[in-house]
Amino acid sequence: MKQITKTKDEYQKVIKNNQSTKGKITNIIKAFFIGGLFCSLGQSLWYLFMTLNFSQNDAGALSTVTMILLGSLLTGFGVYDEIGQFGGAGSLIPVTGFANAVVAPAMDGKQDGLILGLGTQMFNVAGPVLVYAMVSAFLIGLLKLMLGG
Amino acid sequence: MGNYLSAFLVGGLICAIGQIFLDNTNFKPAHLLVGLVVLGSILTGFGLYEPLKEFAGAGVTIPVSSFGNILTQGVIEGISNEGAFGLFTGLLKTASAGIGASIIFGFFIALLFSPKA
Repeated sequence: MKQITKTKDEYQKVIKNNQSTKGKITNIIKAFFIGGLFCSLGQSLWYLFMTLNFSQNDAGALSTVTMILLGSLLTGFGVYDEIGQFGGAGSLIPVTGFANAVVAPAMDGKQDGLILGLGTQMFNVAGPVLVYAMVSAFLIGLLKLMLGG
Repeated sequence: MGNYLSAFLVGGLICAIGQIFLDNTNFKPAHLLVGLVVLGSILTGFGLYEPLKEFAGAGVTIPVSSFGNILTQGVIEGISNEGAFGLFTGLLKTASAGIGASIIFGFFIALLFSPKA
């Protein structure tokens, strides 16, 4: 039996380097299609909330919240993984993917307890995203303040 | 606020570019998400995210770059209302819906469901 000599990262590199151009193009098309589909779904929820008499801004925020709920639920039912296998970045970039990145590690971490497992793992990916969102928003605000608004 | 076609095309385009980035570099998905959020902030700082929203609607509010957009928008509104203190009070004001929903839904769903064996 051969010994496994490569780490997960090295293995990923080997896969990437051997990926055919055709395979890469297929991945791009899949990502485009799935990502576009999630955004159209968000758009239809936006219209839906506007017909329910919410303002344009509130309806937009509500469509985001609903998409987050959808992403969390699909992750809970184990469906989002399958979408992710197919859609790649198309299932990663929409907020449903952000919700998936919150729920999936939290579910896995539950075995280590509700605080040190679920509680810490929830922010595995969401943590860096929120930290850098806040830092960049702060810096841009600071710049605007210094330049006189 | 866009329409179905512009949302599909712009949202799809952002994801396609993300896929090219992931397939041709050694960066991880978390790098991609952070990069998009920072990009969303910068575009908002230059006043470019609003016209994008007008054109593509959910095509730019559903991708995570919108987190960068709403946080920065909150800060900009904060400083125009409260000055320097707004740098802190504005941060999570408009973003609270998305971040609150992620944490609350995420917690309960992670609590109720278990990973597939």
